[in-house]
Amino acid sequence: MSKEEKNVKRRDFLFTASYTVGAVGLGAVVWPLIDQMNPDKAQQALATTEVDISQVEPGKSITVLWRGKPVFLKRRTQDEIAEARAVSMDDLPDPQKDEERVKEGKDEWLVMLGVCTHLGCVPLKDKGDYKGWFCPCHGSHYDLSGRIRKGPAPKNMEIPKFEFVDNNTIKIG
Amino acid sequence: MSGHEEYKPKSKAGKWLNDRLPLLTLGAHLTDYPTPKNLNYWWTFGGILTFCLLTQIITGIVLAMHYVAHADLAFASVEHIMRDVNYGWLIRYIHSNGASMFFLAVYIHIFRSLFYGSYKSPREVIWIIGLMIYLLMMAAAFMGYVLPWGQMSFWGATVITNLFSAIPLVGDSITTWLWGAYSVDNPTLTRFFSLHYLIPFLILGLVVLHIWALHVPGNNNPVGIDIKKPSKDTVPFHPYITIKDAFALLLFMIVFAGFVFFTPNVLGHSDNYIPANPLVTPAHIVPEWYLLPFYAILRSVPDKLGGVILMFGAIFILFVLPWLDTSKVRSAVFRPIYRQFYWIFVIDVLMLGYVGAMPAEGIYLVLARVGTIYYFLHFIVVMPLVGLFEKTEPIPMSISEPVLGGGAELSLAKKDNGKI
Repeated sequence: MSKEEKNVKRRDFLFTASYTVGAVGLGAVVWPLIDQMNPDKAQQALATTEVDISQVEPGKSITVLWRGKPVFLKRRTQDEIAEARAVSMDDLPDPQKDEERVKEGKDEWLVMLGVCTHLGCVPLKDKGDYKGWFCPCHGSHYDLSGRIRKGPAPKNMEIPKFEFVDNNTIKIG
Repeated sequence: MSGHEEYKPKSKAGKWLNDRLPLLTLGAHLTDYPTPKNLNYWWTFGGILTFCLLTQIITGIVLAMHYVAHADLAFASVEHIMRDVNYGWLIRYIHSNGASMFFLAVYIHIFRSLFYGSYKSPREVIWIIGLMIYLLMMAAAFMGYVLPWGQMSFWGATVITNLFSAIPLVGDSITTWLWGAYSVDNPTLTRFFSLHYLIPFLILGLVVLHIWALHVPGNNNPVGIDIKKPSKDTVPFHPYITIKDAFALLLFMIVFAGFVFFTPNVLGHSDNYIPANPLVTPAHIVPEWYLLPFYAILRSVPDKLGGVILMFGAIFILFVLPWLDTSKVRSAVFRPIYRQFYWIFVIDVLMLGYVGAMPAEGIYLVLARVGTIYYFLHFIVVMPLVGLFEKTEPIPMSISEPVLGGGAELSLAKKDNGKI
């Protein structure tokens, strides 16, 4: 290998090594600037909410705020549960059984994010073609299980993580 | 008068400075800049837009002295500006109506370019920089609308940021990242304020590039022909164009002042005087008027991702317009077929704007769909085909000939439209 060839190889190596280290360094500097926009610790600290549900009559619902978003807690009547369960899976754009959307043994309680899966508006209760919810922004209809039936929304309303602390208290998050 | 002579400062101090930083040469270039002598009033909107930008920056800086970017305080601080701050009502109304005036002017400016073919070679880069300015304007206007933290602010922000959740796989993470929370909340407001303050200065930088790129080939003109510069066909920018721009600006300011003093809220939405409430969505959400055509396109598609793609596509298709238009003739004055399609397109966009303000149902949904399809057809089918098959009218050799001859002297006209 001539001396010149050797120099070229050494130079190529130095260029590649410098670019690599430079790119890693740039990434290390840019990442904190990007990640600072993600939810901070104060936002994450608001991650659970406990709700007293003892005052809710069958057929009624309450709305609470969790992580800045409304959560609907609806105590359904037996008729409403039966109606939600009678729906054929073929009629659902986002097929999901009603049983999968409630806690076993507590199936009168429907707990879900009151956020339309289209563009995030809050649907209105007891409205729409399916007796469930209706989003006034772009016309999505949800049924008694909060499942999308008609309109531009792609998915059923989301079920957050929640549990029954006791018979009268639900912990969301 | 001549822009080509080397500029020499008269004073010794001027020469000293100019040798070190040729600011005076730049000033002389801008003053003498040879401009086509037949520019009509549609060409005055560049100057008007510069005025709009400066108005927004000045009033905005002043408003930022009194505004508080916090979810609990923002709404009250805007009311404080309106009621307590000396002339606060005036400054805020100029700023909020100024945004609408800015868009009014930019739409006229863009449609002027579409009519006279100003986006075509060799002015593609001017056009693309202009579109980047337009995109930044929309971002600034959207974020500015969020700052008062009223109901429309909050729900407008929710709907627009949720557009990004349509992106497959990473959509939800991107939306959360934009919010800095799990919904539109205080972190969203503070970052929007920061960016709302930044963007006008980015626009200012792009405006400098826009004008720089303009000064390379020079202005297009109503007959759309290339002209020699300087020549019989040009006049120096100052005083001929400055005085025309100033007159047009005065007329524009009358309209502007009319809105500010007589109907300052007619272009806004009354729901934005209700403080933001994350539990209740207003019954009828509409964006500001200048975004309505794109909103109509979004809603015309019964699929979330599809609607978002078409809406952004409606803007981004403009970036490739210089290559979709196959006609070698610039000005629609000499394009009898394109001229008609141009006006159909104008009506189509106005109709989309109208149905965007209406509920998305019944006849409005049908109109929105027809309008959306035509919008894209205009660019993808009409523009390339008309350019290929249209028989254009004869083009004058220079600006002077039809003007001085008292009419088009067809014997002087170039028969070969291939070369202009």
